[in-house]
Parts: sequence; structure tokens; C-alpha cells
Amino acid sequence: MSDRTEILFAGFGGQGIVLAATILGRAVAIHEGRHAVQIQSYGPEARGGACSASVVVSDRPVDYPYVRDPGVVVLMSRAAAEKYGGMAGPGAVVLYDEDLVPRPDRAGAHPIPATRIAAGLGARMAANVVMLGFLAGRTDAVDPDALKRAVLEAVPAKHRSLNEKAFLAGMTHGRPLEVHA
Amino acid sequence: MSEPAVLPSPPAGAGVRTGSWFLNGDEAVAEGALAAGCRFFGGYPITPATEIAEVMARRLPGLGGVYIQMEDEIASLAAVLGASWGARKSMTATSGPGFSLMMENYGLGLMTETPCVIVDVMRAGPSTGLPTATSQGDVMQARWGTHGDVGVIALVPSSPQECFDLTVEAFNLSEEYRMPVVVLADEVIGHMRERVVIPPASEIRIVERRVPGAPPSPGFLPFEPGEDLVPPMACAGEGYRVHVTGLTHDERGYPVLDAPTQRRLVGRLLEKVRRNAPRILRCEEVSTEDAEVLVVAYGSVARSAREAVRVLRGKGVKAGLLRPITVWPFPTTRVRALARRVRAIVVPEVNFGQVAYEVDRCARGRARVSLMPLLGGSIHAPGEIADRVEEVLR
Repeated sequence: MSDRTEILFAGFGGQGIVLAATILGRAVAIHEGRHAVQIQSYGPEARGGACSASVVVSDRPVDYPYVRDPGVVVLMSRAAAEKYGGMAGPGAVVLYDEDLVPRPDRAGAHPIPATRIAAGLGARMAANVVMLGFLAGRTDAVDPDALKRAVLEAVPAKHRSLNEKAFLAGMTHGRPLEVHA
Repeated sequence: MSEPAVLPSPPAGAGVRTGSWFLNGDEAVAEGALAAGCRFFGGYPITPATEIAEVMARRLPGLGGVYIQMEDEIASLAAVLGASWGARKSMTATSGPGFSLMMENYGLGLMTETPCVIVDVMRAGPSTGLPTATSQGDVMQARWGTHGDVGVIALVPSSPQECFDLTVEAFNLSEEYRMPVVVLADEVIGHMRERVVIPPASEIRIVERRVPGAPPSPGFLPFEPGEDLVPPMACAGEGYRVHVTGLTHDERGYPVLDAPTQRRLVGRLLEKVRRNAPRILRCEEVSTEDAEVLVVAYGSVARSAREAVRVLRGKGVKAGLLRPITVWPFPTTRVRALARRVRAIVVPEVNFGQVAYEVDRCARGRARVSLMPLLGGSIHAPGEIADRVEEVLR
């Protein structure tokens, strides 16, 4: 099962959790040409409440679509952290919004003020894109260029520049920006 | 008197969104329908099939098609049958509660030989049950849900790609055999996103409606079958005089309420599917050549079963998978042949036993059939299926 990476996004309804997972899945399945299956927790709740969405990526076709041992867990709300945080095994990378989620008592947890960064750019709604950038910067689950491309395809033209900034802010957060000659 | 308004025919292939997409199963069903030439959708939105109606509502007007949200599912299928008699390829999409309401008009469609596609994205029942959770509880309903003796075709997709491919196929079969064809998806497949490759229109096989060979004449027999037992279809507005009734009818389409006509008509409708079954049937087999245990699984659960078989093979356990793609007609001959060779057959399904009984019927006591029932809400994990396979081998 080493050819399989499971990525779990969790937050509250309205944060764009499902959209984040869909963008990541599209990046892998369409732009990288690898395999990806995206599913989500699905119920009567619309906004508020803990929700989750996941992507399973692999170099070969993915059969079982559900997450069993996520390699990456993204947490964007306290309730979601309480409900889904426990799914992160010892080897998982945990990315969390440090203003919304208490610091997990474990190794491999990376904080980012994703919502605050997005608000600073003028749109709290872009916190999910900041988080995708952070994921691209801190894991090797997905090719950053493919992910950025999928982000820009998913948003209306007038919001592209904002989302590109959000993605780059997340990707370089806590790290000096590499300058290519 | 002015001429009646005639909708312009959209160019062939206009509905085909050629390319690679990241779609969920519901969206892929809708794209498959549009690629097949579906230009009428009558439906009533219902979880977890609503996304199909959403795509059809968005896309049909631009293709010269018609989308109508009806007052309920009885009316939805009635409208679809009517549109089909108006020479439009037509579809509706629903889930269990709506599928129950459609049973009356499903029978009418079969009796009147009306081509159309009925999509049922299964959720857990009975009744309104668990609206947002998956199930495979409608398999027998698709077979026996309408009263009387019927021959039916039902296709079971296991991925968004198959949702596209099998919806095209469902339209083709519906035209080829002049009958409603059911696509039985489930919530997991309907809401799962995966890559869907839509080929260029020229590479998609499309079966068009067979029209009568002769021009309209007083002696025209609208229900006179061809050699394959299928009558060509004369639709409204084409100049032929056609009477359409759910009553037992003769080749003219008029009610003839006696035993010989009943046997001739219903016998032909049954035989139409039975005799053509070898051409309709489709199933996938994985590692069945030397299998000691066979897993029979379909739809979303087949994905778990495929992983289970792969893991078991890695451990040296001779497991194989048979995945019915047409659950109706059922791949009886194939299951019967495999039952002679394997020690046991494991059937995981998200219901309390439906296909398992069909498998047991085919096995005729030659192989032990082990049902893994699940009452909806989730699907079997691969490990559970693998454990059962090892258990039946002990």
C-alpha cells in the first residue's frame, strides 16, 4: 500500500473543505496524469458543523476510495480537529490553522494562520487555498505547479490574482522564498 | 393556421464534452446521457441523484433540449415516456423513494416498448431511509419492482468513468431493444470524483432509433417485430398512425384482451431480452482462471473486492473477482461455470442479500455461497472481504 497516499481535509462547512480536496484531486488526476479519487463526508448539514473531504492519490488506479491511514491531515476548525484529528497516525503530517485549532501534542504538526493570512489578502474565503499552498510546500503529496494550476482553474478570472497570492503565501509560509536565477 | 413550432435539431455530437475531467459519478452520468444524444430530462431532484438533474438543467437548453422539473417521480417518468414517443432520447434520474414511485410507469414503458433511461442512484431504504448514505438495496426492485412478467436490463457502474460509459451504453441498449434501461449507481459512486475521459464524438458508438422501413400506409403495423423481436418505432409527428396502450395489444397496437395475444406479446417482450442476453451481458473478471474462492461484487463494493483480491493474491491465496456490469440480465452461465471450479463464493453487497440469492441459484449447491450483508450507510472494507475469503477456505 506504499503506492497510496491519503490526504484528509477537515473543517467546518463553508470553509471550502470539499473544494480544496477537489482541486487537489484534479491536480493529480488531470495535470499530473496520476490517479486520484476524491470523496467527502456527506450529510444534511450545510454550514457550520464538522465536515471532511479526502483524496487518495496513487501511481496506479485507486480501488478503495476511503481513508484508512492518512499521510496528510489538514485541520481547519476545533470541532473538525476533535472529530477527525485522531485519524492521523504517528507518521502523518498534520497541517493546521493555528488560530482555529489547538496545537496538537504530537510530532509532524505544522501550524499556519491560514485564515488570518487570507484575511490579510482581503478574502478569508481563500484560507483553503492558503492551506493548499502550505500542503504543496510541506509535503510531496502533489506537484506544486500542478496544484497551483488546478487552483487557478477553479476560481473565476477576477479572483485569480488573489488566489495565486494566497497559494504562494501558504507555500512559502515559515520558509524563505527561494529565488531562482 | 401557422405551422407547429419545431425545435431545431442540434448537430450530432454537440453534447459531447471531449476531454479529461475530474467528475463525480452523477455528473458523468449526465455527460454520458448528453453524449448519447439525450435531449429530454423529466425529473424530481432527490439526494443523492440531484447533481444529475443539475447538469441536465444547465446543459440541455443550450443543446436544443428540454428539461422539466415535474411534480413527482410518477409524472417524471410519464413525461420521459411521452418525450420518447415524441422521438427524443429521454432520461430521468432518481433514488429509492422516487424509483418506487416510478414502478408503475416502468411497467408501462416496458409494455409499450418505449426507449428511455432510468437512473437510480441507490441510497439506504426502505422508504425515505438514510437519504445521504449508500446502499445496493434496489437491485431486485429493478428486476421485479413492477408487476407482471418482465425482461429488464440494468447496468451497474463502479466508477465515474463507467457512469459515463454505461449511460451511453444504456441509451444504446434502450434504442436497440426498444425498452427502458436502468442504470443502477449508488451514492458512493454518484458522489465520488475521479478522472473521466470523454472521447471525441466520432469515437463514441451511438445507436439511433430504428424507424419503419415503409412510408405511412393504412396497413401499417407499429408493433410488428423484426427478426430480433424488436419492432421499429414510429413516433408522433412522423405521419404514422400509432396507438399506444399498457393493455395487452396486437401488432396494430390495439387492445386485444385474450390469452393468445397475451402470450404472443408478453412472450416476445421476455424473449427479446432472453434471446439477446449474450449480446447484452457484460461482466469483468479478475484472476478467476485458477481461483479457489470467487468474490462476486458490483458497484462501489467491487472496488473493495478488487483490492481484497489483489492483497490475497499477494499472500498466495487463490481468490478471484467476478463483477457483473449488467446485473440484469445476470451472468448466469458464467457464474454457473465458475461455481463448478471454486470451493466457495463470497458475495459482499450493501443490502441484506439480493445478488447473493441469484449467485446461489446459479451455484446449484456446487459451491458454498457466503453472503456478506451490510444494511447501508457504508461499504465493506477490503480487509473484511479478504478475511471472509480466508475464513471460507479454512
